[in-house]
Amino acid sequence: MSAELLLGEVTLGERLPILEKEVEPVTVVLGAMASRDWRPQHHDYKFATEHNGLDDIIMNTPNLAAWFERYLTDWTGPKGRLGRIKFRMRDSVYPGDTMRFVGTVTGIEKLDDEVGWVDVEIELSAGGKLCVGCEARIAIPRTAEANPWKLKGDDWKP
Amino acid sequence: MAVQSADDLPEEVRSWIGQERYSAKTEFPIEMGYVLTTLSATQNGNPLYWDETVAQKLTDGPITLPSMVSVWFRPHDWSPGRTEPAVALQLHFDLKDRLGLPEAVMSDNTIVFHEPIRPGDQLTTTQILYSVSAPKTTKLGIGRFWDFGVRFVNQRGELCAEERYTGFGYKRDEREGASG
Repeated sequence: MSAELLLGEVTLGERLPILEKEVEPVTVVLGAMASRDWRPQHHDYKFATEHNGLDDIIMNTPNLAAWFERYLTDWTGPKGRLGRIKFRMRDSVYPGDTMRFVGTVTGIEKLDDEVGWVDVEIELSAGGKLCVGCEARIAIPRTAEANPWKLKGDDWKP
Repeated sequence: MAVQSADDLPEEVRSWIGQERYSAKTEFPIEMGYVLTTLSATQNGNPLYWDETVAQKLTDGPITLPSMVSVWFRPHDWSPGRTEPAVALQLHFDLKDRLGLPEAVMSDNTIVFHEPIRPGDQLTTTQILYSVSAPKTTKLGIGRFWDFGVRFVNQRGELCAEERYTGFGYKRDEREGASG
């Protein structure tokens, strides 16, 4: 995890460090249970394959959201504060796949004298296919003393 | 976003547009157990969530992962007295039912984060329908797109998050030779 990323250290078009994670059945099941998603396609192989026509159980969207957040805050450090996130689901992630997160900085914007926004596009591919497209906006400090988490009310405009 | 609807919508569905519906409180106070399990599931070592000193310094105490917001309004799989499984996005299922569109997919999902959610918070959620399109034909079949959202407010009345979904409800095109 980055110690503390400052806005001045970010450049447009910059590629975030790539994150790869091999998906095991427990990755799917643990993530689904942690996100209170009891639907059987996330834990029941027979249901997933015979009823839903899938190749195996699949990662659930709320847990993938948590993976995206981890990917971003690994880069920014703990002061990184997520403002918004948008997903486009394209394909499923299965056990045996290797998830590969690739992020690119697409926008940099000053919020106030202490905090700025960074827009990041992330592609999650697995099993050789693009599975999820994600656009995220995250606030990071402009100075070592600044802290995006202190912004409240009208001062926080995600 | 401007509220829009197709002219031929059933009056009942038209009346839902712009209305806050299904106001509900989370079924239990927000707690850190699910947060720690999510951190474990995603191998997330962010000290903001693991180290109380960091949490105190940055956020005046522990908070939950912003991306977990939808976790808190997902119903228990079973609870006393309930005979049917509860669903999280009732508005989506009601639209399918009233419009006679048995299948549905979600295309886009956007979450905007505001006040952090903290352990002990009690959230209230409401679901709002923003628009329903005129009938459209896609490779899935004939149906309608709908744009709806969920607002999350804490016990102090502070907005914590807004979620927006675009759904497409449809009937499968079962004509012989139909692509799809």
